[in-house]
Amino acid sequence: MSDHHHGPEKGLMRWVLTTNHKDIGSMYMWFSFAMFLLGGSMAMVIRAELFQPGLQIVEPNFFNQMTTMHGLIMVFGAVMPAFVGLANWMIPMMIGAPDMALPRMNNWSFWILPFAFALMVSTLFMEGGGPNFGWTFYAPLSTDYAPPSTTFFIFAVHMMGVSSIMGAINVIATILNLRAPGMTLMKMPLFVWTWLITAYLLIAVMPVLAGAVTMMLMDIHFGTAFFNAGGGGDPVLFQHVFWFFGHPEVYIMILPAFGIVSAIIPAFSRKPLFGYTSMVYAVASIAFLSFIVWAHHMFTVGIPLVGEIFFMYATMLIAVPTGVKVFNWIATMFRGSLSFETPMLFSVAFVVLFTIGGFSGLMLSIAPADFQYHDTYFVVAHFHYVLVPGAIFAIFAGTYYWLPKWTGHMYDTALSKVHFWMSFIGMNLTFFPMHFVGLAGMPRRIPDYNMQFADFNMISSIGGFMFGVTQLLFLFIVIKCVRGGEKAEAKPWEGAHGLEWMVPSPAPYHTFTTPPDVK
Amino acid sequence: MANENQGAGADEGTYYVPAQSKWPIVATVGLFLTLVGAGMMMNSMSAQTSDATGHYVFFAGSLIMAWMLFGWFGDVIRESRAGLYSAQMDRSFRWGMGWFIFSEVMFFAAFFGTLFFIRFFAVPWLGGEGDKGVSQMLWPGFEAQWPLMTNPDPEAFPGPRELVNPWTLPLINTILLVTSSVTCTKAHHALVADNRSSTKTWLMLTLILGFVFLVVQGYEYYHAYHELGLTLNSGIYGSTFFMLTGFHGAHVTLGAIMLTIMYIRIAKGHFTARNHFGFEAAAWYWHFVDVVWIGLFLFVYIL
Amino acid sequence: MRLQARRLVMLLTGLTTSPALWAEWAFNMPEGVTDLSRSIYDLHMTIFWITVVIGVLVFGVMFWSVIFHRKSRGAKASEFHESTLVEILWTSIPFAILVVMAIPATKTLIEVYDADNADIDIKVTGYQWKWQYEYLGEDVSFFSNLSTPRDEISNARPKNPNYLLEVDEPLVVPIGKKIRFLVTGADVIHSWWVPELAVKKDAIPGFINESWAKINKPGIYRGQCAELCGKDHGFMPVVVDARTQEDYESWLQEKREEAAKIRELTQKDWTMSELMAKGEEVYNKVCVACHQLNGQGLPPMFPALKGAEMAVKREMIDDHINIVLYGKKGTAMQAFKDQLSEVDIAAVVTYERNAWGNNTGEMITPKDILDYKKDGKYTGRHSQENAKEAK
Ligand code: HEA
Ligand code: HEA
Ligand code: HEC
Ligand code: CUA
Ligand SMILES: [Cu+2]
Repeated sequence: MSDHHHGPEKGLMRWVLTTNHKDIGSMYMWFSFAMFLLGGSMAMVIRAELFQPGLQIVEPNFFNQMTTMHGLIMVFGAVMPAFVGLANWMIPMMIGAPDMALPRMNNWSFWILPFAFALMVSTLFMEGGGPNFGWTFYAPLSTDYAPPSTTFFIFAVHMMGVSSIMGAINVIATILNLRAPGMTLMKMPLFVWTWLITAYLLIAVMPVLAGAVTMMLMDIHFGTAFFNAGGGGDPVLFQHVFWFFGHPEVYIMILPAFGIVSAIIPAFSRKPLFGYTSMVYAVASIAFLSFIVWAHHMFTVGIPLVGEIFFMYATMLIAVPTGVKVFNWIATMFRGSLSFETPMLFSVAFVVLFTIGGFSGLMLSIAPADFQYHDTYFVVAHFHYVLVPGAIFAIFAGTYYWLPKWTGHMYDTALSKVHFWMSFIGMNLTFFPMHFVGLAGMPRRIPDYNMQFADFNMISSIGGFMFGVTQLLFLFIVIKCVRGGEKAEAKPWEGAHGLEWMVPSPAPYHTFTTPPDVK
Repeated sequence: MANENQGAGADEGTYYVPAQSKWPIVATVGLFLTLVGAGMMMNSMSAQTSDATGHYVFFAGSLIMAWMLFGWFGDVIRESRAGLYSAQMDRSFRWGMGWFIFSEVMFFAAFFGTLFFIRFFAVPWLGGEGDKGVSQMLWPGFEAQWPLMTNPDPEAFPGPRELVNPWTLPLINTILLVTSSVTCTKAHHALVADNRSSTKTWLMLTLILGFVFLVVQGYEYYHAYHELGLTLNSGIYGSTFFMLTGFHGAHVTLGAIMLTIMYIRIAKGHFTARNHFGFEAAAWYWHFVDVVWIGLFLFVYIL
Repeated sequence: MRLQARRLVMLLTGLTTSPALWAEWAFNMPEGVTDLSRSIYDLHMTIFWITVVIGVLVFGVMFWSVIFHRKSRGAKASEFHESTLVEILWTSIPFAILVVMAIPATKTLIEVYDADNADIDIKVTGYQWKWQYEYLGEDVSFFSNLSTPRDEISNARPKNPNYLLEVDEPLVVPIGKKIRFLVTGADVIHSWWVPELAVKKDAIPGFINESWAKINKPGIYRGQCAELCGKDHGFMPVVVDARTQEDYESWLQEKREEAAKIRELTQKDWTMSELMAKGEEVYNKVCVACHQLNGQGLPPMFPALKGAEMAVKREMIDDHINIVLYGKKGTAMQAFKDQLSEVDIAAVVTYERNAWGNNTGEMITPKDILDYKKDGKYTGRHSQENAKEAK
C-alpha cells in the first residue's frame, strides 16, 4: 500500500495493474499507434480499390466495411486515445501533481479500450461481416438492414463510451483539484486548458452517443420504432442524436491539438504565446458553439428553413474564435527568433493545413452550397485536412516535443525531418485532389467510379501509399529513441517553458510527490 | 473536510496514489464478458435459435462484475478508514461523482430530446402538419395526435388500446419518490448530527419507499402489457414510454443498491459526522433519480 | 497497367507544364443548367475567393516571419505578447466578412426552399438500389436501374464514357417548367442528386422531402445516389433527360401505350421456355444484386435461392409468390408488385423454381399471378402443364 515510492514493477503485470500516469500514458500512446496502423491499413485497402475504376480488389460490401472501420478506428482508436495518452503523461507534470486524481479508474479507462476494439474488430469475422454502414451508422441501414454483428458493434461503442467518460472525469478532477499551489487557472499551460474543455465536451456528449446506440439496439431486438416512421418514429431522429454527439466529437479531436501547438510555437519562436487570455476564451467559445451546430451535417435531410438558417449561421460563427487562434499563433511567430526543429515543422504545417481544412469547412457551412458538396469527396478532403495534418500532425509534433522527456534520449533528428517532409508531401498528394473530384461530383463511400475521376484518384492513392509507408519510419524513430541514444537534458529546447522541463529527463516515475512552487 | 481518523500521510500536500490494483482489469474482463454474453443472448433471441452459450457468458461476466464491485469498493473503504485520504482526495471523489452524475443527466437528455423531437416534429409531419406535411401522402388516413394511439402503419405497430392513467399508480409513485428524497435528506441530517439510530431509521424508510416504487413500477408494466396493450412494440409512444421509465427504473435499482450498502456500512459503524462522502454520493445519486422522475411524470405521463 | 502509366505521365506533365490541359479534367463544381444552380455556383466561387484572399494574407504574414525572423539569420525575439486592440480587430473583421457571406447565402437558400406552385410533380422513391419515378396525376410510373454491363465493372471489357452513370430508363422532363420532386425512400435512406440541377435531397423512408428545378437547356444530366445505402450504393445512378415540351409530351404518350401493351401480354398464353427466358432476363436485372448470379445469395444478409425450401417445395409456391409480390417488411426484400408486371413476376418465379438445379418443373403463368393478386392464393389454374393435376 505504501510502496508507491518505489520505481515500477517488472514484467507484464506492471502494465496490467499499474496506477501510474506515465505507464498508463505510454500504454495509451502505443495502443493509439497500433490502431493508427490498423485503421491506416484499411485506408490502404480503400485507396488500392480506388486506384483505378472498376472492381478489382474487394467486394462492395467489404469495401463498405473498410470505410466504416477505418473511420471508427481512426476516430475512436487512434486520435482520441493518443490525446488521452498525452493528457496522462503531461497534465500531472504540467500542473505539478503527483499523478492523476483517480489512478485506479485511470487504469480501468485504458484497459477497456483494447477489449472494446477487440470486440469491434472481431465483428469483421462474424457471419454477415462487420459494420458496413459508415462511421456515422445512420438508421435504418444500421438497424433493420444491418448484419447481425451490429449488436456487438453497439456494445463496443458502449465500452468506448464508458472509457472516455471515466477518462474525462479523471482529467477534470486532476486539473481542478491537483494543481500545485500558485498554479491558478489562468497560469495553466494551454494544453491543460484545452484538455479541461475537451473533457467537459466528452462528458456531455459520450452519454448521448450511448443513448443513440441504445435506441438502435432497442429497434433491432425489442421491436421499438424510434427510427421507423411506420411506428411514428423518424430515421432522421437518429441523425440529430448522433450529430449532437458527432459535432462536438470533431472538436474533441482538435482542441487538444490546439493546446499542443500553443506549447510548441512559442518554444521555437523563443517568444511568449501571444494573447493567452483570448486563446482561452476562444477555446471556450468553440466548445460552446459546438453544441449548437450539429445539423450542418444534415443540410440535405429536409430541415425546415428556419432551422437550416440557424445552423448555417451558428456554424459560420465558429470561424471567428478559430481565426483568433490562428492569428494568435502567427502573432507569436511574428518578430520571434524562429528555428525549425521537427516539432516546429509539424506545428507550422499544422497551422497552414488546418486552416485550409477550416476554409473548406467554412464553404461546407454555407447551406445552399453544401447541397452540392454534401456526401462527396469534397467533404472527405475537408475532414482529412483537419484530421490528418490537424490532429495527427499535432500528435506527431507533441511526441517529438516531449519524447526526450519521456525516454531521456534524443531521437534521430535527421530521420525525423525525413518523416516530416515525406508525410507533408504524401498527405497533400492524397487529400488535395479529393477537393477536385468532390467538386466534380464524385460521391463518397463508393468502391467504383466513372473515368472522369480516374486521374485524381490515382494521385490520391499514390500519395496515400507514400504517406502510409512513411509512418513505419515514425515507428522506427520512436523505437530507436526508446532503446537508446544521445542523453537528453532536462530541457532540451532552449525556448521551452513549463513545469515539465524542471524535472530531469527521463521524468522520474513519480514526478511531484510534493508540489513544486509556482511563481 | 478532514478524515475520520487522520492517519499519517493524509495531510495536505501529499496525495495518496494507490499501489497496483487488480480490480480494473477484473472489471474490464467482467464488463467485456457481460456485454458479449448479452449480445449473444439478444442475437439468438432475434434469430430465434436456442443457443444458450450467451447465458453462460453473461452469467460469468456478471459474477466477475459483482466480485469486482465488492473487492474494489472494499479496498476504497479500507483505505478511507485507514485514514489514507486527505481533504484533497475527498475533493477528487466529489468532482468524480458530480461529473459522473452529469454524464447520467446527458444520457437521459438524449431520451428526453427524442421524446420532444417525436412529439413536436416527426408525428405532426407524418400527420400532414408543418414543413414536411406532404409526408402524409405515404400514410393515408393517419392522424397525428399525442399520445399516439394509432400508428402510421398499424399492421406492423398495433397501437396501444389504452394508456396508463397518470393520476393512479404514477401519482403514487411520484409521492413515493419525492417522500424518499425527503427521508434521505433526513437521514443525512441525522448522520451529521451523529445520531446513528435516527440515521438508520430514516435510511431504512428511504429504502422501503424505493423498493415499493420499484414494485409499483413492475406492476404498472405488467398492467400495461396485459391489460392496456401498451408494449415496446406499440409504436413510438410505447417506445419512448418504456425507454424512459425503464432506464429510470434501472437507475432507481442502482441507487437503491448503493443506499443498501450505505445502510450496512452505517450499521457496521462506518462514517463520522464530518466524514461520510460515500453516503453523500449515494444520496446525490438518489436525488438525481428523483429529479428525473419528476421530468418523466410531467412529460411522459401528464402532458 | 500500360494505360495507367501513360495516364500518369500525361497527368504529371499536365500538372507541371500546361494549365490548359486542366480543362480536360473536371475539377470544379459544374455551373449547371438552372438559375438556382448558377446562384449556387456563384456563391461557391465567391466564398472560395474570399478564403483564398484571407489565406494569402494570413500565410503571407506567416511565411514572412518564417523567412525573415529565423534564429539562423540572427533574428532576436521581441517580448510583446498581448494587445487587446488587435484581438478586437481580428475578432470583428472576420465577423464582418461572415456577415457579407451570409447575405447571398440566405437569399439563395430561401429560393431553394420555395417549391410551391410547381407545374409538374414527380415522386422519386429510392430503393436498394434503383430509383422509381411516378408522374403524379399522369398514371406514368417506372423504375430506373443501372444499365452498365457487369463485364465493364469487372474489367472484362473496356468502359464506356458513361460508365456507372447510365440507366435503362432515364427520368424524362420538360425544360422551362417548374418541376417539383417529392423525394422519399422505400427501405433505407438514399439521396437523389443531379449536380447540374443543384438538387440533392435525402430520400427518407416514411417521409417526403420537397425540392425543385426549372431546367433551362435540353440535355442529359447525370448524377448518383449520394447517401450510403448499402452494398450497391455506388451503383444507383440518376439520369435526367430534359426535353422540349413537345418531345416530352410525345414521350408521355408512348409511355401510356407501352402500359397497355404490357397488359395485353398478361393475357397471352406463355410456354415454359418463353417464361424461363424472360425470367432469366428479369432475374439478372432485378434480383441478381442480392441473390447473386447463380442464386447462391450472400448469406446471412441475402439468402440463397438455389435449393431454398421456398423455391423447391410445391406447397410453398404461395409463400414464394407472396414474398416476391409483397416483400418482407424490415428487410431488403422489397415488394415487387409495383416494380414488375405480372409477366415479369410469373417469369422470375418460374425461373427461380427451375434454374440452378431447382428442377421443380413447375410453371407459373401471368394469369396465375393476376389471380393471386385477387384471391391471395395460387391455384395453378392457368398453367397448361399443371392444368390436368389441378383440381
Ligand atoms: C478535427 C475535426 C474537424 C474540425 C476542426 C472541423 C471544423 C469545421 N468543420 Fe468539419 N467535419 C469534420 C471534422 C472537423 N471539422 C468531419 C470528420 C466531418 C465529416 C463527418 C462525416 O460526415 O463523416 C466534417 C463535416 C463538416 C460539415 C458537413 C459537410 C457535409 O457532410 O455536407 C460541415 C458543414 O458545415 C463542416 C464545417 C466545419 C466548420 C465550419 C469548421 C470550423 O471549425 C473551421 C474553422 C476554421 C477556419 C475557418 C480557418 C481559420 C480561420 C481564419 C483564418 C479566420 C478567418 C476566416 C474567415 C472569416 C473565413 N464540417
Ligand atoms: C483521424 C481520423 C482519420 C485519419 C488519420 C485518416 C487517415 C486516412 N484516411 Fe480516412 N477517414 C476518416 C478519418 C481518418 N482518416 C473518417 C472519419 C472517414 C469517413 C468514414 C466513413 O465514410 O464512414 C474516412 C474516410 C476515408 C476515405 C473515404 C472512403 C469512402 O468514402 O469510401 C478515404 C479514401 O481515400 C480515406 C483515406 C485515408 C488515408 C489514405 C489516410 C492516411 O492518412 C492513413 C495513413 C496511415 C497508414 C497507411 C498506416 C501506417 C502504415 C502501415 C500500416 C504500413 C502499411 C502501408 C502500406 C501497405 C502502404 N479515408
Ligand atoms: C435489395 C435486395 C434484394 C433484391 C433486389 C431481391 N431480394 Fe429477394 N430477398 C432479399 C432478402 C434480404 C431476403 C430475406 C428476407 C428475410 O429475412 O426473410 C430475400 C428473400 C427472398 C426469397 C425468400 C427466400 C427464403 O428462402 O426465404 C425469395 C423467393 C426472393 N427473395 C426472391 C426474390 C426475387 C424473385 C427478386 C427479384 C425480382 C428478389 N428476391 C430481389 C433481398 C433482395
Ligand atoms: Cu442509394 Cu446510395
Ligand atoms: Cu460538424
